[in-house]
Amino acid sequence: MAQVFGSTLKRREDPRLITGNGQYSEDIQLPGMLYASVLRSPHAHAKIVSVNIDDAKALKGVVAVYTGKDLQGKIGTVPTAWLPPDSNIQTPPHEVLAVDKVRYVGDGVALVVAENRYVARDAVDLIKVTYEVLPAVVEQEDAMGDGAPVLHDGVEKNVAFHWQAGNATDEVFDNAEVVVTQRFRQQRLIPNPMEPRAATAQYNPGTGEMTVWATSQNPHIHRFLLSGILGIPEHKLRIVSVDVGGGFGAKIACYPDEAMVAFAARDLKRPVKWVEDRRENFLITTHGRDMVLDVEFAGTKDGQFTGIRVRNIANMGAYLSTAGPGVPTILFGLIVPGAYKIPYAGVDVYGVFTNTTPTDAYRGAGRPEATYLLERMVDLFAAEIGMDPVEVRRANLIQSHEFPYNTAMGLEYDSGNYEGALDKALQMVGYEDLRQKQQELRASGRYLGIGVTTYVEICGLGPSQVAGAVGFQGGLWESATVRVHPTGKVTVFTGASPHGQGEETTFAQIVAQRLGVPFEDIEVVHGDTNRIAMGWGTYGSRTTPVGGNAIAVAVDKVIEKAKKIAAHMLEVAVDDVRFEDGTFNVEGAPGRSVSIQEVTLQAYLAWNLPQGVEPALEGTAFYDPVNFVYPFGTHICVVEVDADTGEIDLQKYVAVDDCGRVINPMVAEGQVHGGIVQGIGQALWEGAVYDEQGQLVTGTFMDYAMPKARFFKQFETAFTETPAPQNPLGVKGIGETGTIASTPTVVNAVMDALRPFGVKDINMPLTPERVWKAMEKGRSQA
Amino acid sequence: MSEKQQVTLMVNGTQRSLEVEPRQLLVHALRDQLGLTGTHVGCDTSQCGACTVLVSGEAVKSCTMLTVQADDCKVTTVEGLGDMAHLHPVQEGFWEKHGLQCGFCTPGVMMTTVGLLKHNPNPSEEEIREGLEGVICRCTGYQNIVKAVQYASKKLGEQESEVEIASAAPRAKA
Repeated sequence: MAQVFGSTLKRREDPRLITGNGQYSEDIQLPGMLYASVLRSPHAHAKIVSVNIDDAKALKGVVAVYTGKDLQGKIGTVPTAWLPPDSNIQTPPHEVLAVDKVRYVGDGVALVVAENRYVARDAVDLIKVTYEVLPAVVEQEDAMGDGAPVLHDGVEKNVAFHWQAGNATDEVFDNAEVVVTQRFRQQRLIPNPMEPRAATAQYNPGTGEMTVWATSQNPHIHRFLLSGILGIPEHKLRIVSVDVGGGFGAKIACYPDEAMVAFAARDLKRPVKWVEDRRENFLITTHGRDMVLDVEFAGTKDGQFTGIRVRNIANMGAYLSTAGPGVPTILFGLIVPGAYKIPYAGVDVYGVFTNTTPTDAYRGAGRPEATYLLERMVDLFAAEIGMDPVEVRRANLIQSHEFPYNTAMGLEYDSGNYEGALDKALQMVGYEDLRQKQQELRASGRYLGIGVTTYVEICGLGPSQVAGAVGFQGGLWESATVRVHPTGKVTVFTGASPHGQGEETTFAQIVAQRLGVPFEDIEVVHGDTNRIAMGWGTYGSRTTPVGGNAIAVAVDKVIEKAKKIAAHMLEVAVDDVRFEDGTFNVEGAPGRSVSIQEVTLQAYLAWNLPQGVEPALEGTAFYDPVNFVYPFGTHICVVEVDADTGEIDLQKYVAVDDCGRVINPMVAEGQVHGGIVQGIGQALWEGAVYDEQGQLVTGTFMDYAMPKARFFKQFETAFTETPAPQNPLGVKGIGETGTIASTPTVVNAVMDALRPFGVKDINMPLTPERVWKAMEKGRSQA
Repeated sequence: MSEKQQVTLMVNGTQRSLEVEPRQLLVHALRDQLGLTGTHVGCDTSQCGACTVLVSGEAVKSCTMLTVQADDCKVTTVEGLGDMAHLHPVQEGFWEKHGLQCGFCTPGVMMTTVGLLKHNPNPSEEEIREGLEGVICRCTGYQNIVKAVQYASKKLGEQESEVEIASAAPRAKA
């Protein structure tokens, strides 16, 4: 049969999505449905003195109004589900609706349920709240300072946790030939999936069953957590997330809104829909990044890296979001040594409460921040010792024969050919010629910059034993059921929960190749807790390495059983049967064969099955990976900086990524494209800005600079394929590599362009104003 | 609230009469009253373009137009653009070139593309990127959207067909 695994096939998600037949959470329409709207705090920090809901309740069309006090004792608090060990983590209660105090602009104060969305919004405006405004604190370092306002009683200096890891000692840095230090600001970003969050809840008082159609990257985790908050047992709670309009980490967390909507639906015995508007999305859906990073980097004069040490002060926002504490600790800290042989590494991480929106995973989650500081330090170190940034990388990259490689942070990197990817990228971009051109242009007062990143990332989260050891309050295995129907058609049920990444297509490719059935005969089902046994969802680039391999194992179970039936049908011993391309053949007897479809029909008819074999044909796997996976690659960017205006012209961008075996090159390339744009967004345009009172200044698409089509030229992307050695399919993740690699690549390129001005670092985003000011400073000091 | 008003819209080729509040946004009439949920709302400041539909053949952001303003107008949504038996070249382009991932912004981006190609049937890459100024996609990085538009432009040129799709045998869904 034709090779399906590894081929570009058009996506099977698309027909419904390009004809308006998708089913996003907001698309759910139910008889008798009500609409909810939430009154949110306009203050970053205030005591609630009184809430008057009389006028709102009196408005025609309003069905109910709930305040925090109304819900007290009837609903639980919103939990934190990642508790890094030995970090003295503080998890003060996060009420579904604030009772006595609000802690950020957007904190929920009251819920209105009305006959339509317009009336619900009208009623919200009629609620009168008296606040006693308290001083707010926005920056994490300020929040740790003496005399800072305290958000949560008993949490001293607003420190939510303090976590340390690694083996870097003072001695390493005291004895180093060269030490470079630098402070980096990882600005706060707003994930902004194009679909705002939404929840539609329906309760059946007769059965006690609750269904919530919710925008979720992990419906089973939402079922698990919402079950606790609502007091509805898991078997009576169904979460459905069929089409989800992007997540980027922002749809992992369990939020108050889904819980209060479900509460209202049960209380009122009518379906209730809530849809976030974009302004709310900016205010209440989790943000990402926001770290202050102080880095020490040690090496020898001839270019060997000897140590790296980072202090990370991470802004957690007003409450600890579901996975929030795992981001600046585990996901950040463990990958700090990156793709290099650095014998000593260490991190010292503080998570701090502030009067801002809670932070959690945002595409890459910890790994972009770590990769950024490392790749920026490598360039600063190279400049310090007068070495070419490519050559200094080459001298320190882990070599392909050195895998599996144990790092200073205790990880075992699985496989790689880091230099191979570097060479390919250098060749694609024409590195030597570019350096020549850079010299020529500089002579005429033009500033070309070339930026390089050679990254490795950790993804495919992950072995459950490790998840437990690092404080994640769940497993990280994945489930798959491959059900072959009597006619030989196949339904695949996956516990992963894709929301744009294309696994309905790529997972069908896995099954088509392995089971030898036509691609068209396979359907992939996800995002419904009543149809799928269990799952941990889609994040951390785990869907293919964990969920995909679960499917491979489930297919193998199907084949194993089918083989017994085939042997019985062919009247030979099982050991004499060979399975290839969907057909069971008898070894050494050409022509004696049965197809998987013929076997399946017999499995269901069950008229004549071998002894001990049950009827029907399906396989279920609960696959727990033995290790993470470690994709890697090299990205190179060429920019020209306008010396008069500070404007940056992105001239060329080359990405070479290695995610192991590629299932569908078109889909993988699409993931890289999107990731690059998000990463460049951070480098050049995006950034959440709060004023001193804790008001989000960048709270709309007019104020927050989302990347647009005209900001870019074409990227050149390519893959190298170094199979993952520790999973059946040989695959790694590709969802986050673009975001992880592109931010430092672009900033390195701009800093390279600005070298004649003596500029070492500029805080992101690199706006023309900041770049121009840095050049001006350089000019005045020259 | 002020009294409801009667409006008549020709939606995807079918005449629809509605009673609406004067303040109602067109997108809510399409989604909530007519059940045409292919048109999405991605923002509240007219930036993202997920709600783009054709009104009298022109691309319009339906979150920025009142239903009453569309009275007596022809409205085309993604449901009326083409179906799987007869995909519009723009839909075909997005499928062929992987111009979508999560699909949420896609209907609006496709309707914007229809409007773009109506006014400029053979745009350069730069003109396409400029022409997409009114839409935001968070997934694709735009590269494959540009390719999808180029595909559609070529296909439409080959067909020498009218981009004015409102007159081209639309199909009512709701």
